[in-house]
Amino acid sequence: MSDIHSDAAIVEKPGRRTVEFDSHAINFGPQHPAAHGVLRLILEMDGEVVERADPHIGLLHRGTEKLMEYRTYIQNVPYFDRLDYVSPMCEEHTFVLAVEKLLGIEVPERAQWIRTMFAEITRVLNHLLNVTTYALDVGAITPSLWGFEEREKLMEFHEAASGARLHANYFRPGGVNRDLPAGLTDRIAEWAETFPKFVDDLTVLLTTNRIWLQRLVDIGVISAEDALAWGFSGPCLRASGVPWDLRRAQPYDKYAEVEFDIPVGRNGDCYDRYLVRMAEMRESVKIIKQCLAKMQPGPIKVRDNKFTPPPRAEMKRSMEALIHHFKLFTEGFHVPSGATYTATESPKGEFGVYLVADGTNRPYRCKIRPTGFAFLQAMDKLANRHMLADTVAIIGSLDIVFGEIDR
Amino acid sequence: MRIDKDEVVALAGRDGVVATLTALRDDPRCAFAQLMDLCGVDWPERPERFDVVYNLLSVALNQRVRVIVTTDEGTPVPSVHTVWPAATWWEREAWDLFGIVFSGQPDLRRILTDYGFDGHPMRKDFPLTGYVEVRYDEEQKAVVYAPVQLTQDWRSFDFLSPWEGVTTLPGDEKVHAERGDPTTTTRPAEPPKG
Repeated sequence: MSDIHSDAAIVEKPGRRTVEFDSHAINFGPQHPAAHGVLRLILEMDGEVVERADPHIGLLHRGTEKLMEYRTYIQNVPYFDRLDYVSPMCEEHTFVLAVEKLLGIEVPERAQWIRTMFAEITRVLNHLLNVTTYALDVGAITPSLWGFEEREKLMEFHEAASGARLHANYFRPGGVNRDLPAGLTDRIAEWAETFPKFVDDLTVLLTTNRIWLQRLVDIGVISAEDALAWGFSGPCLRASGVPWDLRRAQPYDKYAEVEFDIPVGRNGDCYDRYLVRMAEMRESVKIIKQCLAKMQPGPIKVRDNKFTPPPRAEMKRSMEALIHHFKLFTEGFHVPSGATYTATESPKGEFGVYLVADGTNRPYRCKIRPTGFAFLQAMDKLANRHMLADTVAIIGSLDIVFGEIDR
Repeated sequence: MRIDKDEVVALAGRDGVVATLTALRDDPRCAFAQLMDLCGVDWPERPERFDVVYNLLSVALNQRVRVIVTTDEGTPVPSVHTVWPAATWWEREAWDLFGIVFSGQPDLRRILTDYGFDGHPMRKDFPLTGYVEVRYDEEQKAVVYAPVQLTQDWRSFDFLSPWEGVTTLPGDEKVHAERGDPTTTTRPAEPPKG
């Protein structure tokens, strides 16, 4: 690409001094294992030191927002699994909340508890992947081997509830797809008892590990003011010392009724971002336990068959139920015109959906506010005057997933 | 200023947008320190077809506000990257997907679409399938662009339901014409397509 050499090629004009400097531009990615996806990072180097980082994104752009304008609201839910494929249910959560807000429907208690619980399970899934692959990036193999075993258990919960391990498509406008199968809550409760021990083990492996500390501490520091100005959110913002969490500040579903602490860092470096995530996993387990304790039997979706399909058995007897089912899955429901910006605390930070409805059965515009977009934009600032190897540490600490950034 | 679904929405003038947003950021009663999102919305039937939507968040006061500015294809919107550095990529995205021009933005490159992409895909008049498709050509040993070829035409269904969207059914007008009821003699509804 021509633009990367633009600095070096200073055009000679009268009265202007020609400056020659040795700038090496290197391509980091798009096929680099530490790029966490298809990131093409163009680094202008001064020897081993990064002078300028220019991330090129869009290699995974699938036009999700455009596709969504041509599908009904229910058909659009699976697209959200495929945005941040590491935390699928949290992304669905934002979209269904936005649709529910425009529809003005109230979700039954049990559905809210289930969604809160699975949002937290997804958070643990996400942080496990991030922390362990991050360790892999900076040279520790063991955490990822251990962490993926734990992730497997969580994916089985996803599978038991939704039928899919990864792309769950479980949340629906108006509740969740179906009730939890028998025995699942016991298995989750059992896991919640054993999981803190795993976090302890991971802590022993990493938190005081000398290599880990040398690679992370004081790398990629960002102050609270800068983090706010660059649109940071989630663990990356909290690591800089801003106690901001949408689950607490603007609670949705059942977050107002559960108790949890918000871990906050102080230094805003890679190490604090790691510590915040580790602490958040413990908090998530607390929330999951409370969800299990407070969950009562009851309906799991709105009873109005204009928005949710009728039970299968009823369709065998009732003509009306059959018509509702047919209408819902061919035409979908019509959402009254209006607009909302709904944001939730996804594991990575603020994940927002700006949804514009025009009264038809399809969104007029659905803007997805990806979390990692803002983090990656600050890459030039974070990596400035760092060593090349530190870039890997910084990318890992930002928790970037390209499905979400490129949409 | 209006409240839409518990969310504060403000319409701002295009030329004063930098001053407005700076005031929103710096006024201690607003303190909108974060620009969480900037996006375009296309309304082709309006005289100024694009909305530029700024979603701001105040961490200090726990408030959100949405500022909307309108523009068209040719008229630039002043860039707010001086107010929030985070605006640069959002503006690049709005330029890439909608063709909204931001004046004063030094880095207005495309961001999400391919290198050398032509057009602005999120515009309503841009077809969903696009114009070109890529494939690997074995003879040339390279990725080549070719016009989109679909084995089946794009099917667009009309979901404006004849039961809910239409109040008069074809044939009804005869009854109303005979009875001389002027309020219900409207044009006959289109038959459902697809």
